[in-house]
Amino acid sequence: MLESSGYTKLRVKMILTTLAFSLIPLFILGYTIYRQFEISHTSKILQNLNHITENKRRTLDLFMNERISQLTAIAYTHKLSYFLEPETFERVFTLLQARSKYYIDLGIIDQNGDHVVYTGPYQNIRTANYKNEEWFHQVQAKGIYISDVFLGRRNYPHFIIAVMRRDGDKSWILRATIDSDIFDSLVQSDQLGAGGDAFLINAENVLQSKPRFGPKLLGKMDLGAVPRFPGVRSEMIVMDGKKYLFGLAWLENKNWLLAIRDDPTEELMPLTHTRYWVWGILAGGLLLITAGTVLTSTTIIGQLVRSEREKASLNASLTQSSKMASLGKMAAGVAHEVNNPLAIIKEKAGWMRDLLTEEDIKASPNFKEFEDAITKIEYHVTRAKDVTHRLLGFARRMDPIQEDININEVLSQTVTFLENEARYRAIEISTSFEKNLPFVASDSAQLQQVFLNIIDNAIDAIGKDGSIRIRTRATHDPEEVVITIADTGPGISKEKLDKIFDPFFTTKKVGEGTGLGLTISFSIIQKLGGRINVESQEGQGATFIINLPLRKA
Amino acid sequence: MEINILLVDDESDFVETMVKRFGIRKMPIDSAKSGQEALAALAAKDYDVIILDVRMPGMDGLEVLKLIRERAPLTEVIMLTGHASLEAGMQGMNLGAYDYVLKPADFDDLLDKVRKAFERKQLNVKARKQGA
Repeated sequence: MLESSGYTKLRVKMILTTLAFSLIPLFILGYTIYRQFEISHTSKILQNLNHITENKRRTLDLFMNERISQLTAIAYTHKLSYFLEPETFERVFTLLQARSKYYIDLGIIDQNGDHVVYTGPYQNIRTANYKNEEWFHQVQAKGIYISDVFLGRRNYPHFIIAVMRRDGDKSWILRATIDSDIFDSLVQSDQLGAGGDAFLINAENVLQSKPRFGPKLLGKMDLGAVPRFPGVRSEMIVMDGKKYLFGLAWLENKNWLLAIRDDPTEELMPLTHTRYWVWGILAGGLLLITAGTVLTSTTIIGQLVRSEREKASLNASLTQSSKMASLGKMAAGVAHEVNNPLAIIKEKAGWMRDLLTEEDIKASPNFKEFEDAITKIEYHVTRAKDVTHRLLGFARRMDPIQEDININEVLSQTVTFLENEARYRAIEISTSFEKNLPFVASDSAQLQQVFLNIIDNAIDAIGKDGSIRIRTRATHDPEEVVITIADTGPGISKEKLDKIFDPFFTTKKVGEGTGLGLTISFSIIQKLGGRINVESQEGQGATFIINLPLRKA
Repeated sequence: MEINILLVDDESDFVETMVKRFGIRKMPIDSAKSGQEALAALAAKDYDVIILDVRMPGMDGLEVLKLIRERAPLTEVIMLTGHASLEAGMQGMNLGAYDYVLKPADFDDLLDKVRKAFERKQLNVKARKQGA
């Protein structure tokens, strides 16, 4: 039988193995599902972001191109003199505004930087000279110029588009001022989530449109140095210690960067939810599997302990049985070998006794001595014969007879045999019999011998003053009658308990017991299909328990 | 009436003493030391009772018993056994022995059984005569 620590180890091993084999695949599955979802979700977000960014950029480029082509068309369709007529110029402006209300004003500047014609709400800039302005030189050099957004003389956020027309050796510039609010409406859209944002910045990270969050127009929005690149790109950028996902694209006509910002916490919400779900399912699975494993292993170990125990007791009783069988054979052999010489001794003594009747021997002075000697020889042969016959009785293989017996009756009958002896030694024998005890198909004479042996032993063990309690009860499943005989004697030590059913094992003085009583009892009970057990602790008496099946199996 | 008795046992000390003890009671008996000897004696003389030891070297008591039952069905047999032993005794009874006695036997007990066996033999002989 394994030690209890061995069972604990086995149990821990079982639990750990089962957990490992079920949890590792569970975690791998959970992680893989989450990871796959994350990848597909992220790629969907990026695709979506790139798509929005691309659309916005096209819109912005289209807007710029349209403005440039409008202005270029106007500049090249007529000569300067045509526009110098204020009413004509007014009409052109009105026409432009009809197409796009974001035009604030329109003016023509000659090659000296003088404002020659102006139409719009800011009449005070009519007389301004732009000869030293940076943009004037730029447009002179490149023909087309688009400015960053600025407040300028009008003290209103705007930007300008200037187109130069060369006319022989002269040149003039058509300059339109455009309200930069246009970008706010072009850039922003409800396609972005609650935490999303979109804005334009120039190469110096100055905002060219109003973002929804953070700095105002013309404030700094530091995205770091983003070199010019074609197409659309998405990047994770840390701003104010927070990670944001940006869709980035440079405009075609102007060195402006379009930035569409996604709020990752919002966009990744489904991912977070999924993560919670995965963790929840994993935790639930962990709990369930752990509980199941612990429960299963406990049951299995319990079963194992039970079967080990049964095996151990079966082994013990098998060992006892085979010990009995071989000892029985030996006893039979010894008994036989002893019986023959005993028979001869007995007959020789008998012959001597026969001869004692002869006249001449009767006259012998030693006649009395002879007769005494013969009587003693006969007495001791009988004593030896008792031993050998009991040995043979123990070894005999005869089938016990089967009759319906009331165990209570057999017991009370047995008790009456021993009552006098018990009373003489001040030992009280009390009985508590279950009424209506079922009949047992067994051999009453043999059972009586067993009860007699046990009760007699109990009386001897107690010696003087004590009590013996005899109890019967019926059990179901298996259907048995259980007889318990408990004494208040000195009890039996553990080493002796193991040998108590062995033949010739006796605690009695030499000559008082043969050491066969319990051996015979054991083999009788076994032959009757029952079991006999002793429970005892030194100093606490001994209890014999006999289980008898109602019918022998 | 004289009873013809044959004692079969391999222990010569035992046989010798028994012969003397029966003799002193005016009951002369014959003896044989083995199964073969017993069967030879049976062929020469009609015995009333045979006292037969179960365990003998050579031919076993039970085998001898079978042959006796075949050759002289009216002869009664008492099994004598020091063997493990009610079993062999019972087996003998099943094979038609009159009774069995465990060694070491009480002489008076044995004598009693011999007389009863003889009575039965006589009854059987009478019954057979009437039947015939």
